[in-house]
Amino acid sequence: MNISIIDYGAGNVKSVQFALERLGYKGELTSDANEILQADKVIFPGVGEASTAMEALRLYGLDSLIPSLKQPVLGICLGMQLMCTRSEEGDAGCLDIFPTESLEFPDNLKVPHVGWNTLTHLKSPLFKQIEPMAYAYFVHSFYVPVTKYTVAQTYYGLPFSAALIKDNFYACQFHPEKSSETGEQILKNFLAL
Amino acid sequence: MLAKRIIPCLDIKDGRTVKGTNFISLKDAGDPVELARIYSEQGADELVFLDITATSDKRKTLLVSLVEKIAREINIPFTVGGGISRTEDVKDLLRAGADKVSINSAAVQRPELIGELAGKFGKQCIVLAIDANLMDGRWKVFTHGGREESRYELFEWAKEGEKLGAGEILFTAMTRDGTKDGFELVANKKLSEIVRIPVIASGGAGKAEHFSEVFTRAGVDAALAASVFHYGEIKIKDLKLKLKQDGISVRI
Repeated sequence: MNISIIDYGAGNVKSVQFALERLGYKGELTSDANEILQADKVIFPGVGEASTAMEALRLYGLDSLIPSLKQPVLGICLGMQLMCTRSEEGDAGCLDIFPTESLEFPDNLKVPHVGWNTLTHLKSPLFKQIEPMAYAYFVHSFYVPVTKYTVAQTYYGLPFSAALIKDNFYACQFHPEKSSETGEQILKNFLAL
Repeated sequence: MLAKRIIPCLDIKDGRTVKGTNFISLKDAGDPVELARIYSEQGADELVFLDITATSDKRKTLLVSLVEKIAREINIPFTVGGGISRTEDVKDLLRAGADKVSINSAAVQRPELIGELAGKFGKQCIVLAIDANLMDGRWKVFTHGGREESRYELFEWAKEGEKLGAGEILFTAMTRDGTKDGFELVANKKLSEIVRIPVIASGGAGKAEHFSEVFTRAGVDAALAASVFHYGEIKIKDLKLKLKQDGISVRI
């Protein structure tokens, strides 16, 4: 299986590659359009700030490529937020795959939301063999509200989207590559799609 | 519900863990990668690796290759610190697989560093580590492994760090460090109340009750300890069961 991990200079891409390695798969770090187009699976990670990351995607010409992909794509953390229409972070226009937006957490909460939180309302093959209330690792300052594309929810002051799915596009707000056995199972499920 | 985090800290010197351990199952007690794997299997929520010689020797951190080995091996997040002062170093560490970096002395010397790093890599990966000692009723901030007194007071520096873009505060109470008398409750409580970013309490862990009280009475988000875990005096699994019994939300 050809797995492309989109590398556009946004942080911790090696962790995703290592997580795949532990599962016995090889993921290629790449920003090359042809390579990404030909991959069986595409992983779109990201940490950092939304408007800066969008600039980087435009620089690599990936902003038009990603929404056009036909194979299963998994956005992670900022990757998921960039797949929405826009983000309040830096008032960034994003990839418009999921018709929703990333919002700032309310003032009364500690931000970033860092640590292990529970996954509920699970509904997707992505969560095969995952028990409701399983813990996943989150670290983010903006959240995507619950929409009709939401396939997992997490509660932090309010319920938000822990995962989204639309057509061939999958996305999770948590880091499966850092979420112990739960995360490994979710990555396995994605690779088995 | 967001779980309270238990974070073992490993001190690293020349690529090896410094403090001894009595893990019988360890083939090599000085191998940070193997220790990291064991903590991860025992249910640690995160790990912190601290290069304890880096700052005082003023040499570039040798952690990058170690970070890559750790990231290859474990499936939980980890932070790397010790002597980090340059954007380039942070970039290398994050690219090698670290989730966060902690900065301490370099941030006190040049506070703008916090904003530069947060702007480039996102505030979520910048942990501001603060060592402070209670002197004449004030928590004075120290740098260089607790050897040099700075111009700052703990609460003022934490607020400023937050404003500049730190994503978390790791506060080590020097008065408690190594005592096993329990975490500093008063300062941790105040710190948790005045900043809107997570606070990690460090210094003083001796028994399970200490973790329980720093979560319930000081309201911190995470607690860090070294020797009680390294010497097996507290097993992470048992600790989490005890915390759960006390009504604290933990990942089991």
